[in-house]
Amino acid sequence: MSRRFIVFVAGFVALVTLPYWMPGVYYLNVSSQILYYAVFALGLNILAGYGGLVSLGHAGLFGIAAYAIGYMLQAGYGHPVAILTALVGGMASMALYAVLSLRATGIGFIMITLALGQIIWGLAYRWISITGGDNGINLHGRPHPFGFAINSPVAFYYTTLVVFLLALASVAVFVRSPLGAALMGTRDQPRRMTALGYHVWAIRFWACMFSGLLTAISGVLFVYYTQFISPQALDLTASAEVLLMVISGGAGTLFGPIVGAALVIVVKSVVSGFIERWNMLLGAIFVVIVILMPEGLVPGTTRLWRLARRKAGARASRKTELEAASKAEAKP
Amino acid sequence: MSALTVSQLCKSFGGLHVTANVNLNVEPGERRLIIGPNGAGKTTLFNLITGELTPDSGSIALFGHNITRVPSRRRPHMGMARTYQIITLFPHDTIIHNVSLALLGLSALRWNPLIDIRRKTHLIEQGREALARVGLADIADRPLSQTSYGERRRVEIAMALAQNPKVLLLDEPFAGLSIDERRDVQELLLAIPRDVTIVMIEHNMDVALEFAERITLLHFGEVIVEGTRAEVVADPRTREVYLGH
Repeated sequence: MSRRFIVFVAGFVALVTLPYWMPGVYYLNVSSQILYYAVFALGLNILAGYGGLVSLGHAGLFGIAAYAIGYMLQAGYGHPVAILTALVGGMASMALYAVLSLRATGIGFIMITLALGQIIWGLAYRWISITGGDNGINLHGRPHPFGFAINSPVAFYYTTLVVFLLALASVAVFVRSPLGAALMGTRDQPRRMTALGYHVWAIRFWACMFSGLLTAISGVLFVYYTQFISPQALDLTASAEVLLMVISGGAGTLFGPIVGAALVIVVKSVVSGFIERWNMLLGAIFVVIVILMPEGLVPGTTRLWRLARRKAGARASRKTELEAASKAEAKP
Repeated sequence: MSALTVSQLCKSFGGLHVTANVNLNVEPGERRLIIGPNGAGKTTLFNLITGELTPDSGSIALFGHNITRVPSRRRPHMGMARTYQIITLFPHDTIIHNVSLALLGLSALRWNPLIDIRRKTHLIEQGREALARVGLADIADRPLSQTSYGERRRVEIAMALAQNPKVLLLDEPFAGLSIDERRDVQELLLAIPRDVTIVMIEHNMDVALEFAERITLLHFGEVIVEGTRAEVVADPRTREVYLGH
C-alpha cells in the first residue's frame, strides 16, 4: 500500500513539474496530447473495462464534442456556450448510442457502436454546411478560464493536467462506489445481478453517460489543442486506437488506460519522427503485449514484478539455508 | 393466503411443452420439494417464477399479489430470492464482496456513484452475519477463486439468505457435494426460520426427502403427483416415473 502511495506521489510530482524538466516545447505538447487522450481512454475504459461493453464508435462522440466547439465558435458564440454545447451534445449522442446499442452485449454491442460511429463520421464528411466537410473547421484562439490565458503550451498543459486529474479522481471514486461495483457485477454475472434486484440496463446506461461525459471532455481539449477539427479525427481508426490504449494498458484497471495512452501517443508522435513505419512498430508492440501480458501493461507488469520478487525471495532464503547447512557441516 | 401460487402456467420452447398447466400452491413457512427426472422442467419452472423467463400463459402470485408481469429485477424487492444449480457468483471478488452485492441489490445505495463501498460498514457486518449462518465467517475475505466447490455452494445460499427473503427458491443446493458437505448444507437449511417459505428442487432423494413436508413430482412439464412426503413416496406413479421401475 505504501509503495503504491510513493509511486502515486512520484507520478503526481513528475506531472506537475513536467514543464521544468521536459526538453523543449514539442515534448510538452506531446504530454498535453497524452493527457487528453488519457481522459478519452479513461472514459472508454468505464464501458470496455468495467462494464464489459466494448465500443468501437467512441471517436464519433469525441468528434461531436469537437465539432460542436468549432461550429458554435464559428457561429459567433463564446467559449462557455460552445463548451456547454459540446458536453451536452456529446452526452445526448451517448444517450442515443446507449438506447440503440444496449439492446445487445458482446459482438452485437461492438457492431452497433461501430455503425453509429461510422454514421457520425459520414455526417462529418458530407454535411458540409455544418462541418465544412473534408476541409474541417478552424478555430481561432483558446478560452480564458477564470481570466487565465491558456494560449501558451505551458498554460495549456496545466489546464489539461487539471482536467485529467479531475477525470482520474472521478473514475477512482466511481469504481469504489456501489454503482461501480454494480457495473462490474453486470459485466461478470448479468443474470445474477437481475436476480439480486439490480436494474442491469439502467446501470449500463449510467455507465454510458459517465463514459460519454469523459469522452466529450477529451474532445473539447483535443479541439482546443489542435485548433482544427476534420472527419479524420473521428474515423474508425481513431475509435480503434483508443480501444487499443485501453486494452494494451490494462482494461478494467485505473491506471492502465493512462499508460496505454502514453504508449500510443509516444509511438505515434515521437517515434514516428525516427521510424517511417511506426504503425508496424505499434502493431509489433501490441503483439508482444498480448503474448507476454494479455491482461495489459499495468496488471501484467505488477504480476511479473511480484513473480520476480517472490523468486528473488526464495533464492535468498535458499542461500541462507545453504549457508546455515554448510556451517553446521563445518562445525564437527 | 398462500406464499406462492402458480396457476395454469404454460411455457413452450418451439413445440416442446416445458411447463404444461402447472398449478402449485405453497403455504407460508412450508418446505416444498420439487422432484422429477432430468428434463422434467424443474429449473424452467423456477425461471418462470423468478421472471427470468416469461410464461406463455397462466399466472404467478406472491402472497396474493399477481407478479406475472412484474419484471424479474423487482421480484427480489418483493421478498423472493433464489440460488442457481450452476454456481453463478462473481469470480473476481472476495466472498464478502459477493454477499455485499446481494445486500446492496435491495438497498437504495446501489445507485450511489460517490461513496466508498468499503466504508459502508453496516453492509459488511450484515454480510458477515449472513456468512456466519452458512459457516463461512472466518474465510469471508478470501477471494472466490481460492474457495472450494462446497464453499461456493454455501456462498450461493448465503447470498440468498442475506436478502432476508420471504420465499426462498433453492435449485439443487446439494448438487456436486460430498456426503459431509451435504450434511453441513442440510443443517444450515434446517436452521432457516419458519418465516421463510422454501421451495427446493433436488435430485438427491435421501437428503431432500427428510427436509420436505410436501412434494411435487414433475414429469414432462406436468405435475404428476403432489402430496405429503408419505403420500408421494407411496404413490405408484412416483416409482414409475422417478425410480424408473
